[in-house]
Amino acid sequence: MSLLRSLALVIGLLVVALGAGSVPAAAQNDTESLRPLINALADGKYKETEKQIGDLAATGNPVVAPALEALSDGDLYFRKSDKQVFITSKSGEGYALTDPLTLESAGEAGKREVSKIKVNNSLRRVIRSALGSLTLMAADPKVRKEAAEAVFKAKDPDAIEGLDTAIAKETNDEVRLVMEQARAAAVLNSDRSDGEKLEAVEVLSSMGNRDALSLLIGVRDSSTGDLQAAAATAVKRIEKTLALWDNAQNIWYGLSLGSVLLLAAIGLAITFGVMGVINMAHGEMVMIGAYVTFMVQEVIRNSAPGLFDYSLLIALPLAFLVSGAIGVGIERGIIRWLYGRPLETLLATWGLSLILQQAVRSLFGPTNREVGNPDWMSGAFEIGQMTVTYNRMWIIFFALAVFAGLMLVLKKTPFGLYTRAVTQNRRMAASMGIRTPWIDALTFGLGSGIAGIAGVALSQIDNVSPNLGQGYIIDSFMVVVFGGVGNLWGTLVGAMTLGVVNKFLEPYAGAVLGKIFVLVFIILFIQKRPRGLFALKGRAVEA
Amino acid sequence: MKTKLTGLALAGLMASNMFSGAYAADDTIKVGILHSLSGTMAISETTLKDAMLMLIDEQNKKGGLLGKKLEAVVVDPASDWPLFAEKARELIEVDKVSAVFGCWTSVSRKSVLPVFEELNSILFYPVQYEGEESQRNVFYTGAAPNQQAIPAVDYLMENEGVERWVLAGTDYVYPRTTNKILEAYLKAKGVAEEDIMINYTPFGHSDWQTIVSDIKAFGSAGKKTAVVSTINGDANVPFYKELGNQGIKAEDIPVVAFSVGEEELAGLDTGPLVGHLAAWNYFESADTDANAQFIDTWHAFIKDDKRVTNDPMEAHYIGFNMWVKAVEKAGTTDPDAVIDALVGVSVPNLTGGYSAMMPNHHITKPVLIGEIQADGQFETVWETSGLVPGDAWSDYLEGSKDLISDWRAPLSCGNFNTATGKCGGSGS
Repeated sequence: MSLLRSLALVIGLLVVALGAGSVPAAAQNDTESLRPLINALADGKYKETEKQIGDLAATGNPVVAPALEALSDGDLYFRKSDKQVFITSKSGEGYALTDPLTLESAGEAGKREVSKIKVNNSLRRVIRSALGSLTLMAADPKVRKEAAEAVFKAKDPDAIEGLDTAIAKETNDEVRLVMEQARAAAVLNSDRSDGEKLEAVEVLSSMGNRDALSLLIGVRDSSTGDLQAAAATAVKRIEKTLALWDNAQNIWYGLSLGSVLLLAAIGLAITFGVMGVINMAHGEMVMIGAYVTFMVQEVIRNSAPGLFDYSLLIALPLAFLVSGAIGVGIERGIIRWLYGRPLETLLATWGLSLILQQAVRSLFGPTNREVGNPDWMSGAFEIGQMTVTYNRMWIIFFALAVFAGLMLVLKKTPFGLYTRAVTQNRRMAASMGIRTPWIDALTFGLGSGIAGIAGVALSQIDNVSPNLGQGYIIDSFMVVVFGGVGNLWGTLVGAMTLGVVNKFLEPYAGAVLGKIFVLVFIILFIQKRPRGLFALKGRAVEA
Repeated sequence: MKTKLTGLALAGLMASNMFSGAYAADDTIKVGILHSLSGTMAISETTLKDAMLMLIDEQNKKGGLLGKKLEAVVVDPASDWPLFAEKARELIEVDKVSAVFGCWTSVSRKSVLPVFEELNSILFYPVQYEGEESQRNVFYTGAAPNQQAIPAVDYLMENEGVERWVLAGTDYVYPRTTNKILEAYLKAKGVAEEDIMINYTPFGHSDWQTIVSDIKAFGSAGKKTAVVSTINGDANVPFYKELGNQGIKAEDIPVVAFSVGEEELAGLDTGPLVGHLAAWNYFESADTDANAQFIDTWHAFIKDDKRVTNDPMEAHYIGFNMWVKAVEKAGTTDPDAVIDALVGVSVPNLTGGYSAMMPNHHITKPVLIGEIQADGQFETVWETSGLVPGDAWSDYLEGSKDLISDWRAPLSCGNFNTATGKCGGSGS
């Protein structure tokens, strides 16, 4: 214990020293004395490496943190010739070397001259907790918070002393809270008195998330008396709030699934819903949009890597144009000869979808293509006990924006007016001087273009492969039919309803049965209301 | 051809040799390749077609086989299971191939089995599968469950201290059977019923939000949790993306996958996935000379040095070399002679050892556990000390634990029941 205390003191002093800006000569000597410990990492397998990490952590010297971090990331290599350890980064065919202690550049090395120090999951865990203890008093509050979170996960009783020192010094309330939670986790895992543990249970109970629950269940199952009772009450309380949050989470997931359905279906709502063309190649338009995204990213990667975060924005108009142009081509080339013959349209477009798939397969190969997520599309944040992933959130906003945009086009522009006129009464529209064939082609192009835009969004959550579209075609038809053919609002409400229903069924029925139930539900619904949720009324429908 | 054949017959050849006589009259030996080049499975199977073409090409450079050139006959069963049977029949009856290398999904293999039995030909099947099968005409060069699933679970139990298990799979025969075996195995190891969660999803499932958050919830019960994934093909990419986005780190809840190889990772940013695991019998990162040479040959053949190699490719490599060796040993491509000659044949694999064909038509392989790296490759973190012989009939399932398979005379039986002493005992 006294050793640990002095360690904590050393850490404290070092931090003060580092914080002051200059590294005194003594500390520099100290740093050099760490080198044998670092170079030791070059020897031995996982078991030895684990011990070596322990030795490094035991120095309590934050100078070793960069080396440990690099080790965890798989960037720590040793030179085969002299067993010197370096932090590396790729440069050309070889590696650029950085001294792990001074962080100064140490030249370069060829691929075969250095060898990686291997880590596995359990080593990464060890490193994480070691780094946590080492950086508890870093200058940056963000680093301190991460450190506290790492210590929380490690729940290492030896860290309590360090945490006490850190908590005493901490000025940031948020960070202090996390540190106290980490301390509580460590206390529960130690052999301290029940009184202290009861306090810890209290802290975790007010933390109220899954991590706390996990710890408290462990305590409940392994303790006796007051402590067990307190843990059991806390578990019950957390489970109750989590159950509430689960519902919120389900609704969010449902909306997210609904927005994906909406994106996939909204183009179809125009081609099938408004124009009445059964377009089985709709999914392939989505797929082409995704491939456009891939090509845009490929070009950006090769020639302007700085633009990567904007790749999706660049891909959007391009995907719209490419898919839209192909759509116009299809309408002019095939579909216009088949108006009024739905069965033949269905077969022709089905054949077309196979041709498009195979064409993409021949052009790009059958394997998945990597479409990266820009930074603003990756990761998640928490609202209460609910996890919201960025990509899903943006897709919901995007789907609604596309919907609103399409509504505007149809309701507020001359083109929208013509489209509605042609679909409602073709002969009358023609008599008024509207060139109906061109309106047909452009409307079909618009539907296809929207599908292309959907492809850009779907490339962020699904595979970019020639089969991408197939997975969405059935769902799209389902949404359009359920929502009411010819009504965009129906498509919106239909997609969101199906999404939410699906997500509430899934936890109980499983993904497979859930899908079946939804299908049965739609069939029954269509029996009752053949025109879907929002039926169009009027003579045009009857015709 | 007909006159030649009659001539040969007149020359006093035995009737049983007539077919090989017919083959001998041709100037090439034909090898059938039965992999989907279109449809949903094209993503995985096209690579195997190319790998086979490369192997045949290499063999021809070495002077062919029995003094003749090998000729590849490629057909496209288009991911359509009944079409697999038709195309297999076409290969054997019309093209008169000496052996067929092909199939990926279990259902396609089941669909061609009767054809190979009826026409007495040879099929090499290169993909890991659920076991519970042993056929005289089929040679299984992929992993049986005891060569992949069981060692992976052992690794997690011993090295990661996992106590709670999520068995997640796509809803079809391979994951269902594998999970049945794993469930029985875990229970035999003392894992309680409530510590196992089994979840199935449809093919191509793309919305993993609920399941990933269920896994997270399941993992917060105070015990170390791991996911054993038999999720197939395309569904993996959205699954891993969701894992990464919801922040499930391999250090906390590792996922070990049986259907995710280098090829599947190629369409994915693996940065957030570092540390998740896969169990195979081969990784492209295997550090041996044979493997380095194989990769170089592959890159030269496919004219793209970014293409990866994977486990089923190694299985074809082993299977093809075994077939070549067996044909040389038998001195003929006659199926009966080659089937007999194949048992006991041993060829080098790419991980630095030798794989041997066993009497149950499965092979011996090392089992490797690899962790996903940021560059889309796997790093081997554990491997079996020796080779593991493939077990056709799982020891952990009722109705299959008494069965053994031995295609050597005098037993010559794929499902011999040691309890009743009869061939064709129970079994599925």
